[in-house]
Amino acid sequence: MLRRLLLTSVFASGLALTAQAADQVEVLHWWTSGGEAAALDVLKKDLESKGVTWQDMPVAGGGGEQAMTALRARVTAGNPPTAVQALGFDITDWAKQGVVGDLGAVADKEGWDKVIPAALQGFAKYDGKWIAAPVNVHSTNWVWINKKALDAAGGKAPESWDELVALLDKFKAAGITPVAHGGQPWQDATIFDGVVLSLGNDFYKKAFIDLDPETLGSAKMKEAFDRMAKLRSYVDANFSGRDWNLASAMVIEGKAGLQFMGDWAKGEFLKAGQKPGADFVCIRFPGTQGSVTFNSDMFMMFKVGEDKQKAQLEMASAIENPTFQSSFNVVKGSVPARTDVPDTAFDDCGKKGMKDLAEAAGAGTLMGSMAHGYGAPAAVKNAVYDVVTRHFNGELDSDAAVKELVAAVAAAK
Amino acid sequence: MAQAATAPSTRNYLQELLPRLVLAPSFAAVIIFVYGFILFTGYLSFTDSKMLPSFGWVGLENYSKLWALPHWWRALGNLGIFGSLYIVICSVLGLGLAILLDQKIRAEGVLRPIYLYPMALSFIVTGTAWKWFLDPGIGLEHTMHQWGWESFSFTWIKDRNFAIYTVVIAAVWQSSGFVMAMFLAGLRGVDNEIIKAAQMDGASNITIYRRIIIPMMRPVFLSAFVVLAHLAIKAYDLVIALTGGGPGQATELPATFMYSYTFTRNSMGIGAASATIMLIMIASIIVPYLYSELRTGRRS
Repeated sequence: MLRRLLLTSVFASGLALTAQAADQVEVLHWWTSGGEAAALDVLKKDLESKGVTWQDMPVAGGGGEQAMTALRARVTAGNPPTAVQALGFDITDWAKQGVVGDLGAVADKEGWDKVIPAALQGFAKYDGKWIAAPVNVHSTNWVWINKKALDAAGGKAPESWDELVALLDKFKAAGITPVAHGGQPWQDATIFDGVVLSLGNDFYKKAFIDLDPETLGSAKMKEAFDRMAKLRSYVDANFSGRDWNLASAMVIEGKAGLQFMGDWAKGEFLKAGQKPGADFVCIRFPGTQGSVTFNSDMFMMFKVGEDKQKAQLEMASAIENPTFQSSFNVVKGSVPARTDVPDTAFDDCGKKGMKDLAEAAGAGTLMGSMAHGYGAPAAVKNAVYDVVTRHFNGELDSDAAVKELVAAVAAAK
Repeated sequence: MAQAATAPSTRNYLQELLPRLVLAPSFAAVIIFVYGFILFTGYLSFTDSKMLPSFGWVGLENYSKLWALPHWWRALGNLGIFGSLYIVICSVLGLGLAILLDQKIRAEGVLRPIYLYPMALSFIVTGTAWKWFLDPGIGLEHTMHQWGWESFSFTWIKDRNFAIYTVVIAAVWQSSGFVMAMFLAGLRGVDNEIIKAAQMDGASNITIYRRIIIPMMRPVFLSAFVVLAHLAIKAYDLVIALTGGGPGQATELPATFMYSYTFTRNSMGIGAASATIMLIMIASIIVPYLYSELRTGRRS
């Protein structure tokens, strides 16, 4: 009974494999919301014009958690999709399982090594081989300020921590919520990225990339938590559990002064018909000018049969095409993953983002975002989330938070 | 059995074989997909599985890591609060409602389903509805302010010290009608003769309930406890919909802990260890119950 069942299912999956067309890519992703889907459509059309059919496999859910669960099932069953949207250390983790493909043929021909920043290569390559094609670069250390509120408070964008605090006090005096924030662990951690980075590039690197226990337990880290506690005093009472786009809406409507959020927030402002510079202002987190904490969406390529490799390479090449990089990222709100794409099609914030990225890549201050899985693997990232969110919600004071952070990171490593 | 053995005609043989044949596939499926995977999870909890199952033996390391995590203790503490309040309030409310409905009132047929219907909803729906209702910005508090009661304040769902009680409220709202139905069935099963005899002895209604009827409902209490206890331990969807485990980690329960460690934190070993602990908790409730049920079953 059981054996027959097994035999039938093996036979059935064999059939399914052979039934697939040669020039076809199956793509697992979580870009299902309006703007994201529109951006992805650019790639789909591009590939279809080259005769490659696109088999869509969308799995909705913000950070791709559900998508990664679906992927586990497919890989365990021995039938991975051609390409999978993935982030940071997830890519490295999959590569360790020995299931990813090799894009060397395209990457060498097109010279990816020269145009894609080294910090991104650290994730898109494993063991010296290209395994993923980076689509874009988001950076997380942005502040989005309501222009009207800023003008009312003197009109000068803050450049240091003290200036930021002064500005927030003025917002408070003006009767608006100073900081629009959503109390979800990843949002708390996104602010923490900026706060830690504002205390120095080396400090950020040692703490979040090298995970050095001494730095994690240092007095400077306590200072970072103190700053978080200070920022906590500027959010409204009803912040917990709020989605990030609702927080953006508060800034757009002028109910709140500013929001700390990655550049995907720009899409919300643009959708509401606002113009950068005129209605809202984008600046780097005060004290982090010249540095960028990034997260980058990549398409990770899996090991597939030879019949599908051609389409896979075709797709990788299409993703790194400068024209596509420009048109996709204009729609998505991020900046191109290669530094040689002209910035003419981008708005002011986009242009600034591209300039900052190129500068930071040159100066070695382009670092992975801890909050978004580019600083450390998922286990460590979530351990940091735990401590930051508990501290932000008042469960731990700054001294205790520093101790917990050291212990939590050590336990998760 | 004995008859079939003495007269083994083909027809009888088939008749005996048929039920087994019909049950065999589902039995096999249950063996593999329930008990097989329980064993597999137990095995994984002793391995170094991270993102995918792997089979490097690490002994009890995952368990020692698990019990060192403040997050896990938090989840257990919350389960203690949630579980005990949920079971006690549901039982008391359920019994109370059942006694009131049992007074041969009019329109019982209308009232009973009204209390029972919340059980027909999924916990996701309950959680989402209560999330909106309890949210100070759009729900109850906001409405009260609009109606002119400016000083009204109900912000439990945003308060880390009280958020777990909002989970209790929503869960009680969902399940107490079901418990009521169980008790109502129990009350209807009480022999009228006994009650009449007590009434003739001059016992008041309250005494009859306290000394006679409620003690006779012991089996119903036990069933209600078992149903509610396992619902509490596996509670996941309600928390996810209502608070997402927040504010901070204020409403994390073992089930949400297990999911996040297994699937989003790439620590499948620790996740499997927590799942095993949850299984042990449920087993420690169900096994004695089954044992006593089976024993009384055999006696009668």
